[in-house]
Amino acid sequence: MAHPLDLLGGLLLVAGAAFLLFGGLGLVRMPDVFNRIQAGTKATTLGTLLSLAGMACLRPEWGLKLLLIGLFILFTNPISSQVLARAAHRTGAEKTVKTSVDRLAEDTGEAP
Amino acid sequence: MAEALIHLAATLAGIAFLLALYRFFRGPSAADRVIAFDVLTIVAITGIVLVAFVEGRGIYLDVALIYALLSFLGVIAVARYLERGL
Repeated sequence: MAHPLDLLGGLLLVAGAAFLLFGGLGLVRMPDVFNRIQAGTKATTLGTLLSLAGMACLRPEWGLKLLLIGLFILFTNPISSQVLARAAHRTGAEKTVKTSVDRLAEDTGEAP
Repeated sequence: MAEALIHLAATLAGIAFLLALYRFFRGPSAADRVIAFDVLTIVAITGIVLVAFVEGRGIYLDVALIYALLSFLGVIAVARYLERGL
């Protein structure tokens, strides 16, 4: 009989890896740059955090370092995705035909 | 039991790595490649943590932390370059 914390850690690891898989799948399937950024960073942030939490359950003595990595990813991943999206928008990245509204273009006075 | 779950998690992360690699090589724009690179590093961090557990060496977690830091800097630098040049 496995230790209950080991089982919880393994399940969290598998859940996190599943979110990573969904992120990769969204990266391949989504139609334009902005949707890919959305799928690629949101899902993988959650996936990594779940994986780190699962590892902290398996090895409690590594908890502090894992918490540090998790906090760092939690802070930096949204920043990098936002900067990338802004750069893609300013360089005129192609939008999918289903795009109905572009608030940033309205605010800066460009043609929508 | 935990061993099997870790193998399953490593397999899923490997498939995610391959999918992101496909987008990295396919493109079509530079922003697509950068976002694929970002996902590749995130998956690689999870991979490094899994390797650290399998090998039983906590020092590998430092490698994961530095890797996260460097990939963040790389993505920011490339995004700035795309925007208005360095």
